[in-house]
Amino acid sequence: MMTLKQSRRLQSALLGTLSWLIAALIFFPIFWMVLTSFKTEIDAFATPPQFFFTPTLENYLHIQERSDYFHFAWNSILISFSATILCLLIAVPAAYSMAFFETKRTKGTLLWMLSTKMLPPVGVLMPIYLLAKTFGLLDSRIALIVIYTLINLPIVVWMIYTYFKDIPGEILEASRLDGATTRQEIFRVLIPICKGGLASTALLSLILCWNEAFWSLNLTSSNAAPLTALIASYSSPEGLFWAKLSAVSTLACAPILIFGWISQKQLVRGLSFGAVK
Amino acid sequence: MNTSTLTPRTAAADDKSPPKGSVTKPGWFLVSPSVLLLLVWMIVPLGMTIYFSLIRYNLLNPGENEFVGLENFEFFVTDAGFLPGAMNTLLLVGSVLAISVILGVLISALLEASEFFGRGIVRVLLISPFFIMPTVSALIWKNLIFHPVSGILAWVWKLFGAQPVDWLANYPLLSIIIIVSWQWLPFAILILMTAMQSLDQEQKEAARLDGAGPIAIFWHLTLPHLARPIAVVVMIETIFLLSVFAEIFTTTNGGPGFASTNLAYLIYNQALLQFDVGMASAGGLIAVVIANIAAIILVRMIGKNLTDKS
Repeated sequence: MMTLKQSRRLQSALLGTLSWLIAALIFFPIFWMVLTSFKTEIDAFATPPQFFFTPTLENYLHIQERSDYFHFAWNSILISFSATILCLLIAVPAAYSMAFFETKRTKGTLLWMLSTKMLPPVGVLMPIYLLAKTFGLLDSRIALIVIYTLINLPIVVWMIYTYFKDIPGEILEASRLDGATTRQEIFRVLIPICKGGLASTALLSLILCWNEAFWSLNLTSSNAAPLTALIASYSSPEGLFWAKLSAVSTLACAPILIFGWISQKQLVRGLSFGAVK
Repeated sequence: MNTSTLTPRTAAADDKSPPKGSVTKPGWFLVSPSVLLLLVWMIVPLGMTIYFSLIRYNLLNPGENEFVGLENFEFFVTDAGFLPGAMNTLLLVGSVLAISVILGVLISALLEASEFFGRGIVRVLLISPFFIMPTVSALIWKNLIFHPVSGILAWVWKLFGAQPVDWLANYPLLSIIIIVSWQWLPFAILILMTAMQSLDQEQKEAARLDGAGPIAIFWHLTLPHLARPIAVVVMIETIFLLSVFAEIFTTTNGGPGFASTNLAYLIYNQALLQFDVGMASAGGLIAVVIANIAAIILVRMIGKNLTDKS
């Protein structure tokens, strides 16, 4: 009995160590990026790589003057939040009616929405680019806000739909018996019940907008460029700039990383279109 | 939306309280903004792409945009970049899918196999790369990991007395596969780990009491349970992997030659670097067709799965 217990414990310790090793390996690039951001450029380039060094905040302190970081960060914030709010406004009514007034065509509509995600962006790159050019929307935030709203709409509708589906119909029935209008039903009953679900949907949309890098690279140059484009601009210059690159990258990724950690459980549901809860 | 058929539930509610102009079928009216927007988003650009693909249209030599039939398609398909581009797209999607599903299942099984110190932290560390923006992961890998002089891998190679490898120059596609897998393996882990937690523990215990070993339990109980989440992972990753762009744009620029060019990058190259709208549109349509073949297969496979339960 004792030996069985011991062997179980040993096995558990081994598996645990292995898990830690794999996790360390996978996380290493992020760890290394953060570490590098506190190095001087000389230390960042040194061979062998420096694990111990005198940390410096210089890269962070000079981030603004070297790359106008806040301009790009502000664009990212503005674009992600506007697109997310717009998307929720359009998606909530759709999800409401599909979840509570299901017809023969609801499933088909949902699947069709999903299938619009299968349209690869390169397939419509040319027309969107030319349209944006014609309307003077190249390098404008509005173009990106509209595009992000549309590319995230299917996922957002699906996600809210699955949350609404979980609400027992009786609750709505009761409010309807009390004479609530559709608008009251949505704002006074549904949204308060689904606060958590809507928040994680918004979070997922924010993450997707923040990290989007096809349209932002192709449609913006400086004025409306978000952080993804700022970072991409670091791909060409030669010379000693890795510590700065790491500092900018760390700042650009930190908020999203933290959002992701906080909401991982709910994100699974959204990312799997409600198939995994 | 068939608005005339109310669900029994609403019909019952209607009987009790006479409609106040609110209970009447909001269905069609509320769904239409989403449907219309998505419809416009699909049809207008797609229609324009089809039109552009049939005319001669280059932004550098404006002239009459004459109708040229399928010439653009012919040029695109016979372009030196097309075959490598198509092959690279398939290789990239296929290998990243294989890596993320197989390793994803193994790693999440490992995490679920036992209680150990700091499992929550391990979980957080494992899923983190998924939240890093593509341009950042590409540049971090390029400069801090793959760099032939001061990258971490060069250092590891030297530790073992080997000659450091210039990854992006010598193995461009493999390097991109590694970077993209690093981003998408965490996604698979995230989904599969959550799915495993919903596996019935009693069933597992019963199987164990019946004398099933851990491998038998994994094979006969865990894997079947994972069929649906794995299908979801495959579907979503395929959508995103077919249009990998930023990782190539910031590291290899598709080179050397066409060694790491995928279809998305090739079309970008035609469109915004050579300004050949006609040919880029033809290429775009080919990419759409490929994606749709994949989509039809996947939606058939998974679509039923997705709507059944919810």
